[in-house]
Amino acid sequence: MSVAAGFLEPLFAEGFFENEAVHVALAVGTAVAIVAAVVGVFTVMRGQSFAGESLGDIGTTGGSAASLVGVGPLAGFVVVDVLAAAAMELIGVQRVRGRDLATGIVLGAAIGLSALFLYLDTTHGSGNGSTVTILFGSIFAISSSTIPAVVALALVSVALIAALYRPLLLSTVSPEIAAARGIPVRLVGAVYLLTLALATALAAITIGTILSTALLIGPAAAALRLTTRPLRAMLAATGFGIAAVWIGIVLAYDSYYWPPHEHGWPVSFFVVALVFVTYLLSGLPGLRDRRRLRVLDRAEPVAVEP
Amino acid sequence: MFTGFMVNAWEVATIVAVVAGVVGFFTVLRGSAFAAHAIPNGSFAGAAGASLVGLSTLFGLGVFAFLSALGIGLLGRRGRHDAVTALMLATMLALGSLFVSFSSEYAPELYSLLFGEVLGISTNAVLPTLVLGALCLLAVAVLYRPLMLSSALPEVGEARGVSAFAMELCFLGVLALATAMTVPVVGTLLIFSLMIGAPAAARSFTDRPWVAMALSVAIALLVVWFAIAASYETEWPVGFFVGTAGAAVFVVGRIWAYARQRGGFGRGRARLAVEAGVEGL
Repeated sequence: MSVAAGFLEPLFAEGFFENEAVHVALAVGTAVAIVAAVVGVFTVMRGQSFAGESLGDIGTTGGSAASLVGVGPLAGFVVVDVLAAAAMELIGVQRVRGRDLATGIVLGAAIGLSALFLYLDTTHGSGNGSTVTILFGSIFAISSSTIPAVVALALVSVALIAALYRPLLLSTVSPEIAAARGIPVRLVGAVYLLTLALATALAAITIGTILSTALLIGPAAAALRLTTRPLRAMLAATGFGIAAVWIGIVLAYDSYYWPPHEHGWPVSFFVVALVFVTYLLSGLPGLRDRRRLRVLDRAEPVAVEP
Repeated sequence: MFTGFMVNAWEVATIVAVVAGVVGFFTVLRGSAFAAHAIPNGSFAGAAGASLVGLSTLFGLGVFAFLSALGIGLLGRRGRHDAVTALMLATMLALGSLFVSFSSEYAPELYSLLFGEVLGISTNAVLPTLVLGALCLLAVAVLYRPLMLSSALPEVGEARGVSAFAMELCFLGVLALATAMTVPVVGTLLIFSLMIGAPAAARSFTDRPWVAMALSVAIALLVVWFAIAASYETEWPVGFFVGTAGAAVFVVGRIWAYARQRGGFGRGRARLAVEAGVEGL
């Protein structure tokens, strides 16, 4: 046995590399972490974390409805999130002042609906565990047939952000300048919200609807504490996100031999905890360039990239 | 519908609605909808943890609600406020999911904690709810003027020696208190509907703070009473009715405001300023 293998063995519980569920989890987790990071950087810069969080929660309605009619949860997440994003846009997320309220009202109504659907699921449907799976996710339970859909949605999301990159960035840092240059700020914002809905749906299938916000916001917020350049932040956030998902999967796999029950700790817990630690560490003094960050720390960044 | 265990439901829900109406008024005024969503969710971990080690759920809820409030207040001071709130919330929920996974018998209770179980309230839950509710209203009464000033006109507040940060912490504390008492009734996910829907609707009907607050309480009461009655009749979850009725009331309020075509924000702010003891603005 080589030295490396001997060193690695205690880290990976037996059968980690042969396990089908682990392969699927790693593939889905990686694709989702990339999308979440890319979209998340804009979410944090635009101050729309609440919208991201709400779309995640609202996915519960989709997931529970999907389980009620017997289709996969991803379809439910995507359909309901896109509808909710449209509703938020209609009520008025574009005005900063009324934005949280509009988001909250849609969120409240959607959660009410998911309470009903989950209730009907448990009384009439088959799934007793569906509540926990939808809310807190179960990346090891994703079937390999979901991979093509996940990858396709991930590609669409990243492509949308790439296509919109310059106008989106400009209307994020300075809506006035963007409008003056003839950029349809509201349309750009609406398309971005649609992308956010897709990214949230993807994050929801990975770590659950009400935890999805961690993967979306955490790595991006940590990265934006380290650098002010959006592209670098996206790269760093992707790195953080993938690391959190991968290490989370390894730890969860190992945890099958941990106390108290020896039936494993939830993957989503590890992923979220790792993301939170990353965020805390990113605030350590010396890691960031204070002078430039000051600009971004305020509500609306003023510097525009040339 | 008005006998046996249902009496507890009516009593507790009424207390909850009054507190949610009052605290919610400030939540909407301050634009703290996100915190009002995050703190109840954060407290979920406390309830799950307390039930795991055999402590009172209410105790766990309270401790974690205050921890979330502190975390949001302190971390948010240095970083981006909304991103920190989102992260704090997800971390608390993840902790909750871990506790739930440790406990084998807890799973059915999970649903009622998240979405509320007003019909299952025992008699000995009434008194703690009443005490916490009274504490909450007392805190709002004591903080009324500085809180109103700091919420409506933070700059003027600072100039008069009301620290916006201190007020934010105080407000988050009140929110945590309100959370601890309301979560067992309407659930972590739905207290939010009550705290946002009713006061937001009330504000579309009137500009005057006192009237808006009273109206907000009245609407919250109507929503909760309707939800309990409907839930009792249909056996559907109470959370469904609270959530949808809260949103429906808001929509009605917006239509009303739109129909009246009021001037908007300026007058409301001036009224609030007068209420807070600032003149000549």
